[in-house]
Amino acid sequence: MSLRSPLGKVRGLGSAKNGTHHWWMQKVTAVALIPLTIWFVSSIVQMTQADYEIVINWMNSPVVAILMTLFIITGIYHLKLGLQVIVEDYIHSEGSKMALQMMITFGCVAIAITAIFSILKIAL
Amino acid sequence: MAEFRLPKNSTYKKGKIWAAEKGATNIKRFNIYRWNEDDGENPRIDTYEVDLDKCGPMVLDALIKIKNEIDPTLTFRRSCREGVCGSCAMNIGGKNTLACTIDIAAYKGDVNIYPLPHLDVVKDLVPDLTNFYAQYASIKPWMQTQTPTPSGTERLQSTEDREKLDGLYECVLCACCSTSCPSYWWNSDKYLGPAVLLQAYRWLVDSRDENTGERLDDLEDPFRLYRCHTIMNCTNTCPKGLNPAKAIGEIKKMMIERQG
Repeated sequence: MSLRSPLGKVRGLGSAKNGTHHWWMQKVTAVALIPLTIWFVSSIVQMTQADYEIVINWMNSPVVAILMTLFIITGIYHLKLGLQVIVEDYIHSEGSKMALQMMITFGCVAIAITAIFSILKIAL
Repeated sequence: MAEFRLPKNSTYKKGKIWAAEKGATNIKRFNIYRWNEDDGENPRIDTYEVDLDKCGPMVLDALIKIKNEIDPTLTFRRSCREGVCGSCAMNIGGKNTLACTIDIAAYKGDVNIYPLPHLDVVKDLVPDLTNFYAQYASIKPWMQTQTPTPSGTERLQSTEDREKLDGLYECVLCACCSTSCPSYWWNSDKYLGPAVLLQAYRWLVDSRDENTGERLDDLEDPFRLYRCHTIMNCTNTCPKGLNPAKAIGEIKKMMIERQG
């Protein structure tokens, strides 16, 4: 039980003085992902029947490698921001919230680095 | 964790059926949520049969008729009966609205009436709005200025600047929008919710207010403002036809604008 006033509870720890950057980056990455996703999906659809050689040759081109890296960075950043919001929305215990946020960050960075390394290994 | 199921003490059962008086031909059934702290029981849904030939046209008319003539223990808030006080906000037919401005004829079949969602219930259709009102107080809903009060005259406002308050000043703080918002359901301890954010914007765009920056500082928070995910239940449900989602969008735009 707490006898703290309702206004005291609402004012709580005060404003965190951030949130705008997160919100804006989610919008920016979303806009960037429109052309990148269209390009990625249409390329993959065209290559559904392709063999290993064709795909490797395709990935060898600097334009494709650059676009692919952009897609990975933007997509994973957008994913990280989105997952973070889901955890903030639904997980209310401080301990599991912190642990999940760390796992999300580690996981997203690991996926992004692995993908970029793979692209470079093919293209360079 | 957010709650997706009703807690054990909130699951409801069928209650009493109050049959219409004999000879009634134009009968409408109202299924109404009943709960009070004193009897230690779980909530129940009572069914009241109301003779519409002897009842006013609005849902509130039926509720008042039930309380006056059928079951005086039914508890709900009401005052102005014309949509300006916001007291009779409740969930009718699955949508938050004001009982006084919604026509009974708008509902086919039974009319299901519950208190506003995801708030503690005080009794029957009366929810606890303590936190909601504290949130309203927290945005300091009054004019804040640096310029000393002019002597012998008002603080003037141009017609164009006054028009910016249209669609905002009409809000009656009935809490229909906030309690329809899933983000508010999960995080009402920290997220201010659409009603309070619309009120915050009402002061942010008031040309006479001089503390716009301080107001934005207080709102700039991942929870207070940015829990809004533009779900737009607020705009969909507002019984006054206002657009809280747009007001929140405008606040977000101001946040970006002041960054350069």
